[in-house]
Amino acid sequence: MSQQLTQTQKLAQIQKNPVAQQDIYQLRRGWRLQWEAIQGCHVILYPEGMVKLSPTAGAILEQLDGHQTIADIIAILQQRYPDADSLADDVLQFINEARDNGWLAVKEVHCGQ
Amino acid sequence: MVNEKNTVTHNGVNPSAEPTSPPLWLLAELTYRCPLQCAYCSNPLAFTRYQNELDTEAWFSVLRQARAMGAAQLGFSGGEPLIRKDLEVLVSEARQLGFYTNLLTSGVGLTTQRVDALAEAGLDHIQISLQAADPELAQALAGSAKAHANKLAMAKAVKAAGYPMVLNVVLHRHNIDQIGALIALCDELGADAVELANCQYYGWAFLNRQALMPTREQLIRAEAETNRWRETLAARGRDMSLLFVVPDYFEQAPKACMGGWGSIFMTVAPDGAVLPCHSARELPMAFPNVKETSLQDIWYQSDAFNRFRGTQWMPTLCQQCDERDKDHGGCRCQAYLLTGDMTATDPVCQHSPQHGLLENLIADNLQSTPDQAPLIPRNARQSKHLQSQDGSAISTHRQIPELIYRQ
Repeated sequence: MSQQLTQTQKLAQIQKNPVAQQDIYQLRRGWRLQWEAIQGCHVILYPEGMVKLSPTAGAILEQLDGHQTIADIIAILQQRYPDADSLADDVLQFINEARDNGWLAVKEVHCGQ
Repeated sequence: MVNEKNTVTHNGVNPSAEPTSPPLWLLAELTYRCPLQCAYCSNPLAFTRYQNELDTEAWFSVLRQARAMGAAQLGFSGGEPLIRKDLEVLVSEARQLGFYTNLLTSGVGLTTQRVDALAEAGLDHIQISLQAADPELAQALAGSAKAHANKLAMAKAVKAAGYPMVLNVVLHRHNIDQIGALIALCDELGADAVELANCQYYGWAFLNRQALMPTREQLIRAEAETNRWRETLAARGRDMSLLFVVPDYFEQAPKACMGGWGSIFMTVAPDGAVLPCHSARELPMAFPNVKETSLQDIWYQSDAFNRFRGTQWMPTLCQQCDERDKDHGGCRCQAYLLTGDMTATDPVCQHSPQHGLLENLIADNLQSTPDQAPLIPRNARQSKHLQSQDGSAISTHRQIPELIYRQ
């Protein structure tokens, strides 16, 4: 019964511009990132919901403060994990997903660049 | 906050081999008192039996214990939680402990001052429920003339205070044809998300099932209307998600109720009883109380919480099914209410030998008109009346549900 919802949602997502390195995001109001000692992971908390995050996802979301651009965040994480290959694609892909999940608010978006 | 004892994984008397994981969700039902009389209320029919409410200090203790065990999501519910004068103090304590705090309310008793006071206390989210799109039907369903206008005013105040706004509408036979008008109203109020959830038949909704159950045709029309609205909203670039939930009775596969019994969720009832879900009180079993036992012991050691963990308790049909670890055999309360056996496969499952019961109920419903089954309002008078009836309507409906349905 929910087939149509998924198609509509997918369509809406494709129509959105992909996240760009100059963009600035922050967590959406009412959404909260928190370290949970008992679970041993970061979680994102929102109205009546909760998602456990992987260490990488937690590390990226921790940097989304509404001031740093995606490029800044990539640079910070690259510095923190010097042995890793280029993190740019992974970070962009995750931010795209997080935005499509409705976790993020746009602070500043540079369209078409 | 977290002491060493709480970090130990207890295997206890859990009959399955899997270690029990910590709770993530606490539903704090602060009171069964409510100014409304919704005939689909999920509170127990005998709610007047449990009038000895936990006091503020006892709730503080519950919150601290649950948080130390790992719970992060907290719902304040009821009854109507706004009736509790200490709601703001409880929110404040919960927020300081690190809970994400949700208030689930009818909006009755809410004022702009209280919206601000709750925000000050750190409340993260308020969910207001609507009964209908117009005041007349809302009054007929909830038994209050003023409630509807107040809800709309408070929905606006909640939005203005900057909370994420989730509106909840319980759908049933009497209001489901208004779905377009309901979505339009939520749009106008600026909702971020709308839950259009058909009521499930527990508690008072089970008692009123015949009057509440929509026809299949009504459901199909309502879902199509919801899909049209999704397209309209998307075309306007309006970000308001619509969640449409059909009654379990119309499904072919059972839900993974509460993510599994005693897996992530616990409810603390107004009198301190601890339940694996807010409907479980109607099962023929005893539940522990925070007045006597710690939450830690209740969650990891109690017979009640271990009763339906794992797969050992399941009927053979479920034990041999590939879905057993996904749907956990479905909902125990639904199995009990429909079959009288709480260990049965949930009849919602198409493989259940009792699945035909639901198909018959849906077919029978087509033959009746809404006015043939008056709604019994959820109030203290009716609750006492049901308990005092000879042979008790409450135990009758448990054992032979068809009898109530066919009255």
